[in-house]
Amino acid sequence: MNSTASHRRRAASAVGVALTVSMLAVGCSSGSSDATGDGDGSAGSYDIAFLPKNLGNPYFEASDSAAKTAVEGFGGGFKEVGPTEATADGQVTYINTLTQQGVDAIVLSANDPNALCDSLKEARDADVHVVTFDSDVDAACREMYIQASSTDLIGMTEVDLIADQIGKTGQVAILSATANATNQNAWIDIMKSYLASDYPDIELVDVVYGDDDDQTSYDKTEALLSSYPDLKGIISPTTVGIAAAARYLSTSEFKGKVALTGLGTPNDMRDYIADGTVTAFALWNPEDLGILASFAAKSLIDGDITGAEGDTFTAEGLSSEETDFTVGADGVVVLGPPFVFDEGNIADFNY
Amino acid sequence: MSVTDIVLEAGTTRTTPEAPSPVVRLRRLLLGRDAAIFAVLVVVWLIASVSVKNFSSPNTVYFLLLDIFPILLIALPMTMVVITSEIDLSVGSMVGLSSVVVGTLYEAGVPVGVAALVALAVGVVGGALNGFLVTVVGLPSLAVTIGTLALFRGVAVGLLGTTAITGFPQGWKDAVSARLFGPGTALPGVILVFLVLAVVFMVILHFTPMGRATYAIGLNDEAAHFSGVKVGHVKFWLFVATGAVASLAGIYWTLRYDSARGDNATGLELSVVAAVLVGGVSIFGGKGALPGVVAGALVIGALRSALRLADVSSDVINVATGLLLVTTVIVPSLLAALRRVRPRRRAGPAA
Repeated sequence: MNSTASHRRRAASAVGVALTVSMLAVGCSSGSSDATGDGDGSAGSYDIAFLPKNLGNPYFEASDSAAKTAVEGFGGGFKEVGPTEATADGQVTYINTLTQQGVDAIVLSANDPNALCDSLKEARDADVHVVTFDSDVDAACREMYIQASSTDLIGMTEVDLIADQIGKTGQVAILSATANATNQNAWIDIMKSYLASDYPDIELVDVVYGDDDDQTSYDKTEALLSSYPDLKGIISPTTVGIAAAARYLSTSEFKGKVALTGLGTPNDMRDYIADGTVTAFALWNPEDLGILASFAAKSLIDGDITGAEGDTFTAEGLSSEETDFTVGADGVVVLGPPFVFDEGNIADFNY
Repeated sequence: MSVTDIVLEAGTTRTTPEAPSPVVRLRRLLLGRDAAIFAVLVVVWLIASVSVKNFSSPNTVYFLLLDIFPILLIALPMTMVVITSEIDLSVGSMVGLSSVVVGTLYEAGVPVGVAALVALAVGVVGGALNGFLVTVVGLPSLAVTIGTLALFRGVAVGLLGTTAITGFPQGWKDAVSARLFGPGTALPGVILVFLVLAVVFMVILHFTPMGRATYAIGLNDEAAHFSGVKVGHVKFWLFVATGAVASLAGIYWTLRYDSARGDNATGLELSVVAAVLVGGVSIFGGKGALPGVVAGALVIGALRSALRLADVSSDVINVATGLLLVTTVIVPSLLAALRRVRPRRRAGPAA
C-alpha cells in the first residue's frame, strides 16, 4: 500500500517535471508578449525591428543599441531579433515571424542576397517596410539600403593600411567572414584589383573564411601562418575575424612581425593596439549606421519618402555633423568614408 | 508500435494482480509515449494560442510547416534507422550536397526536374555508401556517418566552392511555397509529399514484416539474425532510404530559399535526431513509433515558433528546445525505472 503511494508520488513528480518545463518555456513567452505587443495599431507609431546577421556579434550590438536609442527618441517601439548562427534560413524564419507580428518596418543585415527575397516580398505584401544596412539583398527585395561606406573606399583603405605597414612589398592574405557574405566579397574584389593596379609587389596568396566565428577565425589564422611562412600581413575585413587573428598573433612568435589590419571595433582592438600587435585598422561608426537606418525606416513609415533616387531625409544624433541624406541609385544611402583608428585616437571611442 | 505495445501490455498484465483500476488505466493512457508527446503538443499549442499574439493564425501553421518540412521528411527514415539502434548523422550534409548538385546542374543548363532526379540518385548512392560501410564492412554507424557527414559536406563545398547559385525558375519556387487551399490558408502544398511518404513509412514500419524486423533488430540484433531476419539487408535499405529522403529535402531546401550553397542545412542532422527522440523513439533501439515522431517534430516547431513570435531571444529558444529534449529523454527512463521497481516491491510481501 505504502509502496504504491510512493510510486504514484514519483510518477506524478516525473509528469510534474515535464509539465513544469513546458509551462516555463511557454510561460516566459506569454510574459514577453505582454511586454512587447503594444505599439501597433495606434496611428503615428513606429514599430521597428532590427534583424542582424546573428545575435551576439558586437558590431550589431553597437548598431542596434544606438538604433534603439534613436527609435525610442522619436517615440517608436524597438526590438532586436535574430538567429544565433549567421545563416540565411535562420533569417527567413525571423522575417516570417516579424511579418506575422505586423511590425511597421524590418531593418536587416542580410546573410544572403537572394535567399531572403521571397520572405521579404511577403513582408512587403503585408505592408511591412524593408530597409537593409551593412549587407544588402537584391535591390528589388527591399526599399532602401544604408551603406556604411562605399565599397571602393573600404577596400582601398584596407589595402593602403596593410601596404603602409609592410612596406609595400611581400605576401598578404585575407581572413574573411562567410564565403557568401555580400559585403565581404565586394570588398575582396576591390582589394584584388587595387592591389594589382597600385601595389604590384604585394602578392595576395590566399582568402580564407572564418565564418564570423571566433574559434574558426582563430584556427584559420594559425593555419595561414603555418601554410605561408613568408606571410607579411593579414587583412581581415570582419570584426570577429580581426579580433580572433589579433588574439592569435599577440601570443605567438609572429607578434609585431606579421601585420594585421582590417575592420574592427575599438573595444575589441584596444588591447592589441596597446601591445603593438596591430598598428591601425578601419571601421565606420556602426552606431551611426544603426541610427541612419532607423531614420530611413521612420521616413518610409511616415510616407515622406519611397526610397526612390533623389529622395531626401534627415537623421539626428549621428557622430558626424551630417544630418541630411539623399537616396542614390537603387535606393542606396551612403553613410560616409571609413574611419581609421590608431594609437592616437582609439581612446576617444567606446563601442 | 504494435510490437512494443504488446510487450509492454503483456509485462504490465503479468505483474498486475487485479484488473487495473480506472485511475491506473487513465495514468497508463496519459503516460504512454505517444500519448504524452501528443499531450505536450496540444498543451504547447493551446497555451501559445491563448498567450502569444499572432500565434493562432493560418500563417503560423504555414511557416511552421515550411520550416520543419525537411525535418519531418528525414525523420521518417531516421526513425526506422534509430529503431534498429543505428544512427545516420550524415543527413544534414546530404541535404547540402543534394542542394549543390541541383544548383550546379541547373547552372550548367540542365532542367530543374532532371537535376532533381540526379540529386536523388546521389542521395541513394550516398545512403548506399553508409549502408555498405555499416552492414558489409561492419563499422559502427556513428563512426561511419560522422565520416560521411564530413565527406558529403566536403564534396558539396568542393563542387560549388564559395559561391551560391540562385535564380531558380519561379514556377519551381512557387511550387514549393504554394498554399494548398489558396492565399491565406494554413497548409503548404508540399505537405502532400510528406503525407504520402508518411503513409508509406508508417505502413512499412507498423504493418509489414520489414517493420517488425526493424523492431526485432533494435531489441536484439543477434536474436533477430537467428530468427531469420536479414539484419544487414534491412539496415542497408534503411540507410539508402535515409540518403534518398535527405536528398529530397535538399531539393526542397534549394527551391524554398532559392539558393544552392555548400553550407545549406549545416547541423540539420541534430534537429532531426532531436525530433525523433522527442517523439519517443529510444536511442537504444527497439522502441518508438512514427506518429509520436511527427508530433515530436511539430512540438519542437510549435515551441520555437511561439517563442519567436513572443520575441524570446534565440539563445533562450535553444535552451527551451534543449530542455524539452532532455525532459522527453529522461521521463520515459524514469517511468521505465518505476515499472521495474514496482513488481519487485509487489513480489516482496508475497514471498
